[in-house]
Amino acid sequence: MLNRIAKTAARTSARASGVINNAPMKDQDRIFTNLYGFHDWSIKGAEARGDWYKTKEIILKGAEWIQQEVKDSGLRGRGGAGFPTGLKWSFMNVPVTDGRPKYLVVNADEGEPGTCKDRDIMRHDPHKLIEGCLVAGYAMGARAAYIYVRGEFYNETSNLMYAVREAYAKGYLGENACGTGYDFDVYVQRGAGAYVCGEETALIESLEGKQGKPRLKPPFPAAVGAFGCPTTVNNVETIAVAPTICRRGADWFASFGRERNTGTKLFNISGNVNTPCTVEETMSIPMRELIEKHAGGVRGGWDNLLAVIPGGSSTPLLPKHICDDIMMDFDALAAAPSGLGTAALIVMNKDDDPVECIWRLMEFYKHESCGQCTPCREGVSWMNDILKRWTFGQSRGPEEIEQLWEISKQVEGNTICALADGAAWPAQGLIRWFKPYLEERFAEDVRRQEAAGISLEV
Amino acid sequence: MFRRLVSRVPTFTSNRRAGIFVHRDTKESNVDIPFEWTEENLVRIQAIKNQYPYGHENNAAIMPVLDLAQRQYGGWLPLSVMDAVAATLDVPPIRVYEVATFYTMYKRVPVGKYHIQLCGTTPCMIGGCGAKKIKEAILEEVGIGHHNDELTEDKLFSYEEVECLGACVNAPMVQINDDYYEDLTPEDMKQILRDLRKDGFSRKGPRNGRVSSEPLGGATSLTEPPTGPGFGVRDDL
Repeated sequence: MLNRIAKTAARTSARASGVINNAPMKDQDRIFTNLYGFHDWSIKGAEARGDWYKTKEIILKGAEWIQQEVKDSGLRGRGGAGFPTGLKWSFMNVPVTDGRPKYLVVNADEGEPGTCKDRDIMRHDPHKLIEGCLVAGYAMGARAAYIYVRGEFYNETSNLMYAVREAYAKGYLGENACGTGYDFDVYVQRGAGAYVCGEETALIESLEGKQGKPRLKPPFPAAVGAFGCPTTVNNVETIAVAPTICRRGADWFASFGRERNTGTKLFNISGNVNTPCTVEETMSIPMRELIEKHAGGVRGGWDNLLAVIPGGSSTPLLPKHICDDIMMDFDALAAAPSGLGTAALIVMNKDDDPVECIWRLMEFYKHESCGQCTPCREGVSWMNDILKRWTFGQSRGPEEIEQLWEISKQVEGNTICALADGAAWPAQGLIRWFKPYLEERFAEDVRRQEAAGISLEV
Repeated sequence: MFRRLVSRVPTFTSNRRAGIFVHRDTKESNVDIPFEWTEENLVRIQAIKNQYPYGHENNAAIMPVLDLAQRQYGGWLPLSVMDAVAATLDVPPIRVYEVATFYTMYKRVPVGKYHIQLCGTTPCMIGGCGAKKIKEAILEEVGIGHHNDELTEDKLFSYEEVECLGACVNAPMVQINDDYYEDLTPEDMKQILRDLRKDGFSRKGPRNGRVSSEPLGGATSLTEPPTGPGFGVRDDL
């Protein structure tokens, strides 16, 4: 007891003093020990690596204890929004008087361009996710968990379903899960190719067998969610790290990163790097160190870097001079301004055309928009048309930059879900950091059109 | 003096038709195409329905059962198959049509035996050799790729450019039926198509020697053997 008080005091004072622990991680501290699939992913291999160890004891500590541990660890949602997980789970504490069960829904609809971390968890370390479902589900009083996996991940879903069967066979799930007396089921549902179903209310709609069109919030899923019952939707990584936090202690998890940005994170580094990869590293690691240590550096050297999209396509890009010394965590990137999102870095170097890259992202958002809200359906389509003309040298002049900015501002924040924001921010990032380049380029376009005798006026 | 420029923009994304959202009767897709569930699939349908709470089984099962029907029929859904799903689940057909038109994996036009889905979003567009070169390779090898849902003459291959497939660190990549073929070069892509035509099988996964998503040349993390159960576990459990 005194030991615990001393530890809490030490942790509080360390955090208050702004200690940043972003030294390179040791393998023994990494949570996803089979990230690359070098070892056996079935239950035998998982148990040999420490999964399902003392799960019964964790559950018997009680739901409040588990929620407090997750709150103390400072875990923030790993699906892109970064909402404190312990707080989110505590919204489920409201007692339900009309007999509706509670559900945990795991969001494995990984569709954000750049992101491929949940794929590795599901195919190489599925038991971490399944144990996490049980621990998290118990913590919020859920009766069952639905893992919604995107439809394209057929083989990953196969592994996951097989692992669920193994867990049932060993008595870890189902009636009297792990011998604790708590009944808990895990079901796997496949999606069918819609990025918008990664949004929590759209996912719930899709789970119910309808078109994946997001709902208005309020009512929040913790009040009315899947099948009308109180539901929490969490990302795969968030749920999969929960049992390890409970096992090794909230202090251990909070010892990585810095205050309010604690723990470890799976980073995906893709684009124009020498060795693109997925890697688990500490939060607050400097971006340059991450890219150079694990991804082999930018193709052509660090000075060949043009811009990095730090957190999956929905976050605005950051130019080189910011990437030189920025830390990869929620607060530092939000101040940049950008965002950590899913920690999926897309690296662009000077061989790429930034306008084409952002245009292709806008085309992605236009394709994936569900069509409910006029600002998204029409606005994103309009922005796509503008960016397409810019890419192919058909801009109408530098005044279009202001027009695109204004459209993106009108789209942002005026919709039911955040897909429109995710579409608007890359365009804003491009304009914010590349305005002189764009102005010069469009003036050149207009000169070329006039020389060829072409008018693009409407 | 100035002539109007018709916006004939050359697009990498080709003529992006997501498919029309109304039904037009064709020889292959109309209400008279026969479809009967296999015995196995009827068992599967019941297992699917058992996953959902009482009262919600039929509606929530629409998506998995529609996928099952698509697999049984051979990769796409004529109108009568969608109606059969609606009849099996006792839901109005419009509910099935809504789902079939909203999600991109439900095909409503014929596909080839091997449906090639090329990811064209930005990480695949700029990663590795770039998705445009892979598209050219497909065009050179089997002659399709001019527009979505294009079929080869022998109905062996069909092509579609899709959005992010979630394998961005293994760019560029394609999905053929259910499998991912990653870390491609144009020569790899042609070899895969040749293998499929000859043997009906080609090795899936990364083509450049990687196991999965570790850095090429060897993992920079997880180089030590994994720790066992009980490592670092707190004492008060």
